[in-house]
Amino acid sequence: MPGFRATTIAGKTFWLVASLLACGLAQAQSQTLSVAAYPAVDEIIKGAIPTWNKLHPDVPIRLISREMENHHTAMTTALSTRSNLPDVIALEFSRLGRFASAGGLLDLAQPPYLIGQYQSRYVPFAYKQGTTKGGAVVAAPTDVGPGTLLYRADVLQKAGVTEAELTQSWESFVTTGLKIKARTGAYLVSNAGDVKDILIRSGIKPGDGLYFDAQGNVLVDSPRFVRAFELARTIRQNKLDGKIPAWSNDWTQGFKSGGIATQMSGAWLAGHMAAWIAPTTKGLWRVTQLPEKTWAAWGGTFYVIPKNAQNKAQAWEFIKLMTLNRDLQLNAFKVRDAFPALLDAHTDPFYDEPLEFLGGQKARQWWREAAMNIQPIGVNKLDNIADEVVNTELDKVLNHGKDIRAALADAKALLDKRAHRYDARRLQ
Amino acid sequence: MPTATTRAVCNNRPMKRLPRLSPELAPYVFLSPFVILFAVFGIFPLVFSFYLAFQTWEPTGGLAAMQFVGLDNFVFTLQDEWFWKSMRNTLWLALATGMAQHLVAIPLAYFIHTSYKRTRNAVMGIYFLPYITSSVAIAMMFSTLFSTDYGLINQALHGIGQIPGLGWLAPAQPIDWRNTAETIKPAVATVVFWRYLGFNVVLYLAALQTIPQDIYEAATMDGAGRWQQFWHITLPSLKPMMYFGVTLSVIGGLQLFEEPFMLIDHRGGTDQAGLTTAMYMYRTAFDFNDFGTASAMSWLLFLFVALLTWLTNRAFKEKQA
Repeated sequence: MPGFRATTIAGKTFWLVASLLACGLAQAQSQTLSVAAYPAVDEIIKGAIPTWNKLHPDVPIRLISREMENHHTAMTTALSTRSNLPDVIALEFSRLGRFASAGGLLDLAQPPYLIGQYQSRYVPFAYKQGTTKGGAVVAAPTDVGPGTLLYRADVLQKAGVTEAELTQSWESFVTTGLKIKARTGAYLVSNAGDVKDILIRSGIKPGDGLYFDAQGNVLVDSPRFVRAFELARTIRQNKLDGKIPAWSNDWTQGFKSGGIATQMSGAWLAGHMAAWIAPTTKGLWRVTQLPEKTWAAWGGTFYVIPKNAQNKAQAWEFIKLMTLNRDLQLNAFKVRDAFPALLDAHTDPFYDEPLEFLGGQKARQWWREAAMNIQPIGVNKLDNIADEVVNTELDKVLNHGKDIRAALADAKALLDKRAHRYDARRLQ
Repeated sequence: MPTATTRAVCNNRPMKRLPRLSPELAPYVFLSPFVILFAVFGIFPLVFSFYLAFQTWEPTGGLAAMQFVGLDNFVFTLQDEWFWKSMRNTLWLALATGMAQHLVAIPLAYFIHTSYKRTRNAVMGIYFLPYITSSVAIAMMFSTLFSTDYGLINQALHGIGQIPGLGWLAPAQPIDWRNTAETIKPAVATVVFWRYLGFNVVLYLAALQTIPQDIYEAATMDGAGRWQQFWHITLPSLKPMMYFGVTLSVIGGLQLFEEPFMLIDHRGGTDQAGLTTAMYMYRTAFDFNDFGTASAMSWLLFLFVALLTWLTNRAFKEKQA
């Protein structure tokens, strides 16, 4: 008999209550600047504390670090009760929309913060990503994850194919994959779903989101999704993917052994590969732009200030230090692979240095190009569920041969139901 | 007896009397630690969740962001095909694991009871071990066992296939247990069965020890064999414990969360084949930020658990009569 599963929910409730109780404590500590973050943003902040202490010796930083999921859950709880709120919260790229839309975050465009004066110093898409539909700028970007294609040069060479063939178009990406599979046995990609994920990000109209347009209409049956699903299906049907989930043992093993020929990801993956995933493959990997010059971001970090934070002025000083200080931004890049959101940092000679792991390629220049070309995507609070709905339908297409148009129509019906749940009530 | 010295000290510093607790107040004061904790961690979440079930709430917008929506959350949940899919998954897992646990635990407990004397507790302890093992350790261990290329389970199946005449038992390709919709539920059920079998064995062993030895002796005198004794004495005597065990399995099975969450993934795996209602509820609240619907879902699940518990009660009562 399984134990009482309500413990998880009870745990969340406990934090809810504990937050209320700790409210008094938070007030007593008003002279401390509390910052909540997750790995490895917490390490970057730790590295910046000496600089902060020199500038603000009377305001010590209290860093609260939690695992990524727990951090975002805890921040949801803190914002929901408006108590025991940290002064600064780090938010991950994919969660930003949800937090930004609810109205619990400070508008940094308003006096005395006026973040607008620094807009030209940030990577353009990252700055716009922190802007809500109403024009409020609720988040300042600190790092971005420009997406590129990592590929195994040795596998391509063995298969007798070139980088140009691989990236000319998404269709040529797949046909090249067929040659790679036939001649080397290596999978083109770890998972067909990765290709769908990137293709649905290709060709989004300005103002539209990934799954919804600005008016909240569902877009999952648009040609963008049809093409993404078709390509993913071709990949699966031709056994060009290993059905390997990211971060699994088979995934890292595939990179080490050359069983996976390419991987689309943010700039940071090369650092992880070199450090621990596949250090023995040094010199075998290369970076290039995604097929059809598709531009997309994988991850990224933003700093926000809750409206009810105790030390708003100091919090803003902290955010300015973390996001606008060239040395700190560069240091985060050098030590933690956090690609700077600050444009001033992009001119450093560090970008022109060859990367040993990537066969001496000056890959940082590629990432810089990608970062400058990414377009902001509109966010909707139902993005998370839309992602889930679309992935579930893709599973049905790939594994059970469901018709693509039927799958997307079903996804649209499910999302329509959720998107328009309260419409009738609002009209009344 | 106090010595002269201690008496002197006491005289120098007369002891302050603690304020007396009146006998009327005493019970309340002594009860208060429990009552306060229960109110905060027991009653409050219940009431709050019931209140939330009638609201729509974007939690990051603060408590003021709540809006009353009447029964919308309940109506939506009942029309939500994912809710029913999760219910079907949950029922499948509850039935498969619950039945298997009890059908194996009863004979196993009987076997341990009759075959081991001195080492009985040690054997029982071994079976109980999975129950007290950390879920994370279990998930890690079974992930390795179920691995497609290197897992022991696929290796064993392959090994069986090598035995002449048993080739049909082994699949042509290694089974991707955790990523194939058809094998996710059996994989999760195996873990749940393995984990909670020992708990049920302990329940039945405890019940077996309460059956008077005289009955078995009398039956032996009457010429009853071991099978007849099991069927006509042991099983009927175990009925109250079966009722208790089955009730716990029904409640636990319908609230299944940890095992699929850790073994597969938080999505419930390919085609959500391992998504249980408790997981869907959790995701609705914490991944999809819809606390109102999640609360409504939790109350619907509660009603369903209550109904099945009542049916279990009815089923066992009828048999007793």
